[in-house]
Amino acid sequence: MPDDLNWAIGGEAGDGIDSTGKIFAQALSRAGRHVFTSKDFASRIRGGYTAYKIRSSTDRVESVVDRLDILVALTERTIDENLDELHDDSVIIYDGERTEMEDIEIPGEMTGLSVPLQRLAEEAGGAIMQNIVALGAACEVTNFPIENLDSALEKKFGSKGESIVSNNKEAARKGQEFVAEEFDHEFDYDLDTTDNDYVLLNGDQAIGMGAIAAGCRFYAGYPITPATDVMEYLTGRIEQFGGEVVQAEDELSAINMALGAARAGARSMTATSGPGIDLMTETFGLVATSETPLVIADVMRSGPSTGMPTKQEQGDLNMTLYGGHGEIPRFVLAPTNVAECFQKTVEAFNLAEKYQTPVFLLADLSMAVTEQTFEPETFDMDAVEIDRGKIVDDDEVEAWTDERDRFQPHFSTADGVSPRALPGTKNAAHMSTGLEHNSLGRRTEDTDVRIEQVDKRNRKVETAKEQEDWSPREFGDSDSDNLVISWGSNEGAMREALEFLDEEDIDVRFLSVPYIFPRPDLSDDIEAADEVIVVECNESGQFADVLEHDALTRVKRVNKYNGVRFKADELAEDIKEQLQSEEVTA
Amino acid sequence: MSSEVRFTDFKSDKQPTWCPGCGDFGTMNGMMKALANTGNDPDNTFVVAGIGCSGKIGTYMHSYALHGVHGRALPVGTGVKLANPDLEVMVAGGDGDGYSIGAGHFIHAVRRNVDMTYVVMDNRIYGLTKGQASPTSREDFETSTTPEGPKQPPVNPLALALSAGGSFIAQSFSTDAQRHTEIVQKAIEHDGFGFVNVFSPCVTFNDVDTYDYFRDSIVDLDDEDHDPTDRDAAKEKILDADKEYQGILYQNEESVPYSELHGLDSNMADIPDGAPEGAMDLVREFY
Ligand SMILES: Cc1ncc(C[n+]2csc(CCOP(=O)(O)OP(=O)(O)O)c2C)c(N)n1
Ligand code: SF4
Repeated sequence: MPDDLNWAIGGEAGDGIDSTGKIFAQALSRAGRHVFTSKDFASRIRGGYTAYKIRSSTDRVESVVDRLDILVALTERTIDENLDELHDDSVIIYDGERTEMEDIEIPGEMTGLSVPLQRLAEEAGGAIMQNIVALGAACEVTNFPIENLDSALEKKFGSKGESIVSNNKEAARKGQEFVAEEFDHEFDYDLDTTDNDYVLLNGDQAIGMGAIAAGCRFYAGYPITPATDVMEYLTGRIEQFGGEVVQAEDELSAINMALGAARAGARSMTATSGPGIDLMTETFGLVATSETPLVIADVMRSGPSTGMPTKQEQGDLNMTLYGGHGEIPRFVLAPTNVAECFQKTVEAFNLAEKYQTPVFLLADLSMAVTEQTFEPETFDMDAVEIDRGKIVDDDEVEAWTDERDRFQPHFSTADGVSPRALPGTKNAAHMSTGLEHNSLGRRTEDTDVRIEQVDKRNRKVETAKEQEDWSPREFGDSDSDNLVISWGSNEGAMREALEFLDEEDIDVRFLSVPYIFPRPDLSDDIEAADEVIVVECNESGQFADVLEHDALTRVKRVNKYNGVRFKADELAEDIKEQLQSEEVTA
Repeated sequence: MSSEVRFTDFKSDKQPTWCPGCGDFGTMNGMMKALANTGNDPDNTFVVAGIGCSGKIGTYMHSYALHGVHGRALPVGTGVKLANPDLEVMVAGGDGDGYSIGAGHFIHAVRRNVDMTYVVMDNRIYGLTKGQASPTSREDFETSTTPEGPKQPPVNPLALALSAGGSFIAQSFSTDAQRHTEIVQKAIEHDGFGFVNVFSPCVTFNDVDTYDYFRDSIVDLDDEDHDPTDRDAAKEKILDADKEYQGILYQNEESVPYSELHGLDSNMADIPDGAPEGAMDLVREFY
């Protein structure tokens, strides 16, 4: 009896799909089960198909697979949309009493459970609870103790009053009882519970949480899918820690506000997605030349232009790596899972202040909207260390002044990092500018000073390359001649793909890279392997390009750019195919 | 803040490269005097400058300062002030910087009412790029990019500010040193966004909106018994296209600045060495 469950609820946008899915995810998590969620959504608020999918197991789950076991279909289209993932043992729960659903055909050998969701919900106090009836039915089908659902309902509706909570519990019971009484009990699912305590959150929330943990006090942003959740998370929370969220009039304003706050000494950030990153680009250079610590998150979605706003892609790597006129020293970090969104955000703030540079956090839609379970200690607040870099106080200013007692904010040090005086520091008033400048921050076109300052800024990157750990993470068989490399959120699917490949006796060494720049030097690893495959969610293979450039050799590529994240089983197939292919396709 | 601060303390040791006679000299002097008169010193002052001849002001003044990208000075100033309410924040730039590329930010900065001072050196031309039409250029003003004039009406920045809910709207003339200083000073003292449009003639590229023109046409609101708290009176004057006014056109004495409304009173630069106290509660929320 499988303990690994793939469940989904789908319907029209506006049907409460998201909140229902979330309640079930929470119920599973509260029962000590691991959860990994994903969403199919369209860029419309009403109308248009949308689904919330949950994969759950007592073992850790890091990815989605091409399989759907139980589907709550609020519309007929929901079944069509998921036909590829449904299988003979799938169970479809739907409301056959609704006129639109009367003549529904359940495909193949699948089991259709017609449950009068609406009627039972009305009996429990209101049609609005039809989705909760469906959750009760799902509990029965999976042998999942409904008390866990009760606890999720309490969490969700507790603030709305006792009667709302009890009505919802009642609605769930009605769904459960209906299935128990009307259908022969021969479902193939049996969900275990454990004593584990998990927290359940998505990547955007983890970025926001990381920001607060790292002492970020100022956030300016402009709403854009799929980055808005960062702003929504921080709103109402950052204030409790003395901070502020400003919804700017556009992204140009957002990044400049964040820059202003950072100049004033606050740990400061902005987050956006592709189109917003485009608008911010001019300011990247200003951040870098004024040597302002700033964290800029790009939660990528499918581009170019407005592209597919609600779909996955890792297409902005080049943009964050190269975006902006002139040459801009910067760091680009790419968290590989939800927990890493937290950790890399903390790291980003430290890097930004230690090196006084822009730091990009390259996240993506899949990770941003995916909720994943973790042991709470994964977000270890005690482990958060804050390194503010070379901030000088009133007494230290003199050491950094020139012969005329003028503070030198861009003094060319051996490590490239200059003293930083926050406004208010005595006798250190100075100007920062996007113009090329001397050590005082004053405009210059002097050829030697130009070279000195450019070199100085780039030296920070060299220093960071030496002082920080930019290593990849390694999985699979370390002796294998087959090397797979990926970056960002593909790690989970790839890790699971290793298991599929292992079942077919294909050994693979897998390196997951959370740093785009600086990045680990993988030349030796690439040279040592017979086959090298780079996996990423874009068409051209942007990371493959930079690795080829680093290692001066060609690599194979697995690219996905249909807007959907890699699924573990499908990725395993793609890898297998590439391993067998003769050609390097680049 | 020390009482010994003199306005020359705000002068940098860098000689301005503005054309001799440029209106920006007077505008800057008034700003420095106003800062000193209001008890500020360079170490607690932050000047954000735009791009343009006007934007060079950050270089010639001595204070904490940022000279940013074209049109984005107001957002930078907003960030500085919200992050550290102890700083006196002054934003300065040109009419192109503020009302063209930065027009969107202008409206929203006015609405946001952050307690800072915005000084626009309005010369009705693009100076630094050598004489193209600006948003405040006259409809028939011939320039290198508008040989027959822009053929579109100039923007009225005061009207924009008033309609966006501006809480302090003033206009001054850079060469009328005393009056200009006094007006900027009142803008600094105002609790909220103090906006001053300064006629700051470009002697090189604008032969229409000259010192002589302004000297002849300016009407001082103090001579008109104008009540700046009367919004309707302000509206009437602001929409009067035939006159160039100097003085405070409108001031909302009930203005509550952004930081106060949002309860921001501490310096955000002060953060603990590790995650803040209570951070673990952030995790527990996700049970
Ligand atoms: C994004 C961008 N576009 C164009 C420019 C070129 N530019 C520099 S100053 C300026 C106009 C400045 O006019 P104004 O604000 O009226 O200032 P003034 O020089 O007259 O004081 C322009 C267009 C630029 N620096 N950045
Ligand atoms: S070009 Fe005009 S605005 Fe620029 S410095 Fe000369 S006079 Fe002043």
